[in-house]
Amino acid sequence: MQVNENFEPVIVAFCCNWCSYAGADLSGTNRLNYPANVKIIRVPCSCRVNPMFILRAFQKGADGVIICGCHPGDCHYTSGNYFTRRRITLLYSMLDFLGIERNRTRLEWVSAAEGAKFAAVMNQFVEDVRKLGKNRRLEDLRCRK
Amino acid sequence: MQEVMIKRAKELLADGTVNRVIGWKKGEFFYDATPAVFRTAEELDNEFVFDDFTQANVSKYLVKESRKEGKILAFLKPCDTYSFNQLVKEHRIIRENVYVVGVPGGPKLDIEKIKAKGITGVLNVKNENYTIKIETLYSTEEMPFYEAVSGKCKSCKSKKHVVYDELIGEDGDILDSNRFDMVEKLENMTAEERFNFWQNELSKCIRCNACRNVCPACTCENCVFDNPKSGVDNKAPADSFEEKMFHIIRAFHVAGRCTDCGECSRVCPQNIPLHLLNRKFIKDINSLYGDYQAGADTTSKAPLNDYNTDDCEPSIVHERGVE
Repeated sequence: MQVNENFEPVIVAFCCNWCSYAGADLSGTNRLNYPANVKIIRVPCSCRVNPMFILRAFQKGADGVIICGCHPGDCHYTSGNYFTRRRITLLYSMLDFLGIERNRTRLEWVSAAEGAKFAAVMNQFVEDVRKLGKNRRLEDLRCRK
Repeated sequence: MQEVMIKRAKELLADGTVNRVIGWKKGEFFYDATPAVFRTAEELDNEFVFDDFTQANVSKYLVKESRKEGKILAFLKPCDTYSFNQLVKEHRIIRENVYVVGVPGGPKLDIEKIKAKGITGVLNVKNENYTIKIETLYSTEEMPFYEAVSGKCKSCKSKKHVVYDELIGEDGDILDSNRFDMVEKLENMTAEERFNFWQNELSKCIRCNACRNVCPACTCENCVFDNPKSGVDNKAPADSFEEKMFHIIRAFHVAGRCTDCGECSRVCPQNIPLHLLNRKFIKDINSLYGDYQAGADTTSKAPLNDYNTDDCEPSIVHERGVE
């Protein structure tokens, strides 16, 4: 597949308020670079992410969606991210089943102390999605710019 | 079988155990059996049917019926009992208000498969020793029974009634079905082939909502697809995205609760194999979180309402199968 070097993917990152959002903040205060392609949406807990959110993000022009939450066992609400894990595994599996490129979706655990990990994860994910190119399989033509 | 059922229903109506009966009656044609509620012995005599075409799952109607005055008699086939049990578990059916009579299941016949052979003007279908004799306006035709069996009965998972107050006929066993074969076949395709397969199937969708309305697991009073703010309420899909979104979300909302009764594919006027989406979830749940059959009991925790601290990570999706 030909890779368009100039292509800048749009990435939507759902970050949990207590860990990953603080992790993103930490990577900022540490002056670590992560690509500007990443648009962060803060959610109270990673289990707030409804499957519809992910589909809507793709509809409105996202090329990749990543969900970040507290490490299993560290959830601010005790068990939220355990439910996320099951739910999102099934959803990603279904998207894969429908033929949506599997590297467009990801779930990572990033704690509030892992600013460096946050930057590394985002850099990696943006590169992976850049290789895939524009999201064509799950886009809404009416939203195409 | 039909006579035995009518006789028993009349007895239960007469002794006051129940005040109405839910079963099937003939539609416009003899093969259009539809669920119906009967209140008197005369109605039962005149209209009640139970034959090779009574496929419909009546459990969903009991959500409303069990909230009405008095007890209702429900004739449930083995696959329907799973849906019934699941609804009891979710507190959607009031169990005390339903008298369940288990009746033998299929295999039932699908008129579409008979029509697909070019047979028109069907007047009557009789099953004799695994050959069906089809009487039409023009002639009498024959075809092997198994060629006319409906899709959902071909991959039957169980002939066992998981719940009943009394049984007519004999109870069967849980079958070792081949229901995941097609899902596996798709999983082994490349992502592009899968995408093309589903694009082809889902683009047929006219959003009639029949799959949602018939589904015994879809019993929300307010459905997300009826929300006028959602932009997807009561209209045909305007874009291929909307087709996919509807079907992903529909299947996801019943994930872990779908008993695989196969009603969604049966009612689909466009013959989209919707059950494959549900089966994909069932297969994933079985392989990742342990075997689970929704509706098999009323006590176990649904897999999506439960977790283990050592569950697999979603990256497992990226690692297995074909890209």
